[in-house]
Amino acid sequence: MPDPSFVFAQSLSGLTAAMFLFLIASGLSLIFGVLRVLNFAHGTFYMLGAYSAYQIVQWLGPGPGRFWLAALGAALAVAALGGIVEHFLFRHLYDKEELYQLLFTYALVLILSDVAKIFWGTQQKSVSRPPELTGSFALFGATIPHYNLLILLLGPAIALAFWFVLQRTRAGRFIRAAALDRETLGALGVNVDRLYTVVFMLGSFLGGLGGALIAPMRATVPGMDTEVIVEAFVVVVIGGLGSFWGTFLGALIYGQVLSFGILLFPRFSIFAVFALMAAVLIVRPWGLLGRPLR
Amino acid sequence: MRAGLAAPATMTAAARWTPALVLAAAFCVPALGSRFYTFVANDVVIWALFATSLNLLVGYTGLVSFGHAAYFGIGAYTTGLLMKKTGVSFLLAFPAAGVFAGGFALIFGFFCVRLTRIYFAMLTLAFAQIVWAICFKWNEVTGGEQGMPEIPYPDFGWLERLGAAVPLVGGWRTAEYYYFLTLGLVALCLWALRRIVGSPFGRILTTIRENPERAEFIGVNVRRYELAAFVLAGGFAGLAGGLFGIFNRGVFPDFAYWTKSSEVLIMTLLGGMGTFFGPGIGALALILLNQQIVSYTEYWPLVLGTMLVVLLFGFPGGLAGAATALWRRARTRPRRA
Repeated sequence: MPDPSFVFAQSLSGLTAAMFLFLIASGLSLIFGVLRVLNFAHGTFYMLGAYSAYQIVQWLGPGPGRFWLAALGAALAVAALGGIVEHFLFRHLYDKEELYQLLFTYALVLILSDVAKIFWGTQQKSVSRPPELTGSFALFGATIPHYNLLILLLGPAIALAFWFVLQRTRAGRFIRAAALDRETLGALGVNVDRLYTVVFMLGSFLGGLGGALIAPMRATVPGMDTEVIVEAFVVVVIGGLGSFWGTFLGALIYGQVLSFGILLFPRFSIFAVFALMAAVLIVRPWGLLGRPLR
Repeated sequence: MRAGLAAPATMTAAARWTPALVLAAAFCVPALGSRFYTFVANDVVIWALFATSLNLLVGYTGLVSFGHAAYFGIGAYTTGLLMKKTGVSFLLAFPAAGVFAGGFALIFGFFCVRLTRIYFAMLTLAFAQIVWAICFKWNEVTGGEQGMPEIPYPDFGWLERLGAAVPLVGGWRTAEYYYFLTLGLVALCLWALRRIVGSPFGRILTTIRENPERAEFIGVNVRRYELAAFVLAGGFAGLAGGLFGIFNRGVFPDFAYWTKSSEVLIMTLLGGMGTFFGPGIGALALILLNQQIVSYTEYWPLVLGTMLVVLLFGFPGGLAGAATALWRRARTRPRRA
């Protein structure tokens, strides 16, 4: 029997990873749920979020609260970029075949990651944690940095906020309606084009925010985008493409499988994650909590 | 994608002889005496096979695979392992790449063809990532992250000995012998693929692409045909991988990574999915362009991405599609005048 405090620490680290991934994957899932497009560039938006946060911190110089400003500014900048891409390019591909849409988002990956390289080079960039959260505390024998605690709380908070917006507000009702039947919603007088742009921006915002918040924990380097997008795919596929709570569940499962997989079979935990993704697709292609596509 | 699928029966004499002429020209490349041209030509030839194998799925059967690199990788590791670690001859190690990759395609495809559209793409991606993860981490067998360098060339000693008697056969460098070998084998594979897509079997694949429900209705077992296409595509991708590992002087896990799958999809699209030789033309265009551009700038992905956007918006039929359209316009105009 392993030491319980060790197991606790391990599952907590899995939980932190899960909440990060949830932030990113929820944006991906939202975009898929409404636009029916898998956005490969979502990982690149996440990377741009991290770089933008770094850049804004540099610009602001030392001062209180600069990290929070940077995180928010980065997420907004990425959302704006998402809006531009959707409005001027992506919308012209909605009536084309899926392959064209997928390849377009892949083209964005190629272009934007090189643009990031032009601006920020290939050296890794790091952002220091906000001074308020540099400490850590002990719980059941495990040491938890304050910053991780923030992420642990922020994940569910954003999930709840999202759930509230989707279920209880007018805009949320439109978004859910657009996911079900675009034509009818348009016929009812809703500006669906604008709604799509807003949804794409919202999804990009979440991706950018995820990137900005991870900047103090991991190094910001080229290549982080193609790595994270596959992880986010695993999460949304396990939970169910387009399903909101499914994404939350998928992230939780992913985090635990990864952190305990490392203990049980250290070298093959990545394998376990993809095997899980394949297994879910085989048994229930629409995911644990998703609904079959019509 | 749906238009302009030339039927072999309506081929003109020019279309019939062009592949033979291209092959003959390709055989002359090493005679130019430049190691570099031979290297580039070898690269193109292998990728042309890889892209054409993918086109059997994407262009002919209408199945968008996002994990085709898995079979390329499996083929590369099969040939590499057999030749490097067990010293098996190329004569056996090369077909083994196709058999192994085809075998894995059978297992993976069995599950994949049960899904449609985006779920199909996601499952092919998941399987490819599984293959990648195994290659990446199984250090004892695959060399892990470091890959497997120094795959030996096939033995060309007998050709040298033959060269003593027959003119033109002897006196080439090993890399050039390997190029001749690759060219011959790829030509054979392309010929076989061409026969496959022109056969009644290939016609049924096209029918499935156009309308799976109707195909089912006239008594076609759609899943079985899709699986057969998946296995064939995987097998030929494996053969391409086997050739590439030796050409590359090493096999690495990123052969099976998802970005490789996108690369080959781009080649297929660039050349034109609606035509048989389109993907090969795409491979040629992309590799030549890459060689040109990397000498000016390190930002090749930026150029490639921009090109892809232009292609998607402006020329969805790819180079071959655009050329066919131009050709038709040029032929119809004088008659109207």
